[in-house]
Amino acid sequence: MAQRLIAWIDQRFPLTSFIKRELTDYLTPRNLSYWWNFGFLAGFLLMLQIISGVFLAMHYKPDVNLAFDSVQHIMREVNYGWLIRYLHSTGASAFFVVVYIHMARTLYYGSYRAPRELMWWSGQVLLILLMASAFMGYLLPWGQMSYWGAQVITSLFGATPLIGDEIVLWLRGDFVVGDATLNRFFALHYLVPFFIVGMVIIHLVALHHVKSSNPSGINLADKDNIPFHPYFTAKDLFGLGVFLIIFCGFVFFAPEFFIEAANNIPANPLQTPPHIVPEWYFLPFYTILRAIPDTLGGVVAMGLSILIFAAMPFLDRSRIPGGARFRPFYRAMFYIFMVDVAVLAYVGSQPPGGLTFKIGVAATVIYFAAFLTLPFLSRWEERWLRARGLPPALQALLDSETEPKPRREAR
Amino acid sequence: MAEDEGVDEKRRDFLLTVTGTVGVAGIAAACWPFISSMNPTLDVQTQSNTEVDLSGVAAGATRTVAWRGKPVFVVHRTPQQIAAMAQSAGGKDPAPDQARVQEPQWLVVVGICTHLGCVPNKTEEGWLCPCHGSVFDNSGRVLQGPAPRNLEVPPYHFAATDKIVIG
Ligand code: FES
Repeated sequence: MAQRLIAWIDQRFPLTSFIKRELTDYLTPRNLSYWWNFGFLAGFLLMLQIISGVFLAMHYKPDVNLAFDSVQHIMREVNYGWLIRYLHSTGASAFFVVVYIHMARTLYYGSYRAPRELMWWSGQVLLILLMASAFMGYLLPWGQMSYWGAQVITSLFGATPLIGDEIVLWLRGDFVVGDATLNRFFALHYLVPFFIVGMVIIHLVALHHVKSSNPSGINLADKDNIPFHPYFTAKDLFGLGVFLIIFCGFVFFAPEFFIEAANNIPANPLQTPPHIVPEWYFLPFYTILRAIPDTLGGVVAMGLSILIFAAMPFLDRSRIPGGARFRPFYRAMFYIFMVDVAVLAYVGSQPPGGLTFKIGVAATVIYFAAFLTLPFLSRWEERWLRARGLPPALQALLDSETEPKPRREAR
Repeated sequence: MAEDEGVDEKRRDFLLTVTGTVGVAGIAAACWPFISSMNPTLDVQTQSNTEVDLSGVAAGATRTVAWRGKPVFVVHRTPQQIAAMAQSAGGKDPAPDQARVQEPQWLVVVGICTHLGCVPNKTEEGWLCPCHGSVFDNSGRVLQGPAPRNLEVPPYHFAATDKIVIG
């Protein structure tokens, strides 16, 4: 019976062949480490956020007079409302943790390089959509931090030359963040995930076209590839189990860990809290914004600090495969960059002031310098590695790659 | 005849450009109502006036009122403050104090930091913005920090000696 049903479907829809091509026969490098788990975890969190979000929306009221109380209503009176809300709020932070690790893995192993540029760029779009969604979602509880975060971030658009004030007014639909703003943020917060799902599909189609990268950085021989299912479904699910232990630890034992205390005070448009900080996942970018004394300059620098990742395939000019593992200087730079981002995040969490400000400026300079020196460093590093002698197989691989483009070398 | 000689490429290009342009303009025009719907609604635009009774504000005190949802600081300045303000020209965005007040003892400014929109906190010397540390004096002029402009003076007039109408 089941077989007849599948045969019936297969005549009309490529079900079996699709599963075969994308899962049971889809070849995956067998040397993938657990760092390759995080894309799957991000997909899981996307589902978790959509599902928990839909159920929250059944009880939430996007109205300045009702929003704060409706969140309290969810917490106190809705059956399991506390659980659904904490899953959603912790899920947002976990989403960024997972996505940032996923990006760090891509940077470390050089997975952004040809032919995976479109994966990197679609991922970049996903990051920006995720940030937009997180930012708008953060306004919805209508606490003090929600309110002033939105007030400050929408004010950033006021730095636009000539029409800044009109743009801010248009974004808010009011002279300050108000009822119109809350309503539209709710609508858009519900909309953006659809774009994210669409972009994820593009991301996955590209992945299945170019296949996964792997720690060695070179395409493996056929015998070193194994089917995605069952091997990597099992590995991904095991990783998910480990992730869920940590995640549930936060949800059940420290649910307020990621929630600013000031957000338990209803929004007051006449009083800014003494110390406002953005959510942790925006802190490095917030520091870059503050490091530049000019508003427009700060906004441009902050935008660039996110967009500059897209240039990585062009900035990295080394052809040594395998990313940081086989490239000592790139590796050093990777770790410096990670430390620098951590410093930026710390500075962002501190009140504005003398010494932290100076550290923030220095860290901002290092942040951009890391990208801008990469073209030179990567070139020089490649020469250095070649001079010290590459393994013969790798040498042969690189030589065969350069042959079709002799003009490049001539320049 | 043109039909015999094949296609008139120039004409075809012209038609393509014209239809393309009209099509794009049409789509852009169709977007406008949606974009415009996000601007402040009529009821938001019309909540324009706020009356403030000044009689209860002692010298040296500040009253914060909401005007169009924005905080407005109404400060009853002391003679010392007035004298100090008359002497300085401000900081980054110099402006004489007389140009910023109608009656020297009453300073009326919009309580929104011109940097990124936080509400500055009152201090002895003026205001300090908690968000990124801009400092304003008792005339609402920016002295330090990232704020590019002085606190805005809203349109207002005295309806009586102890009553102003903002807006
Ligand atoms: S908002 Fe006041 S200093 Fe930035």
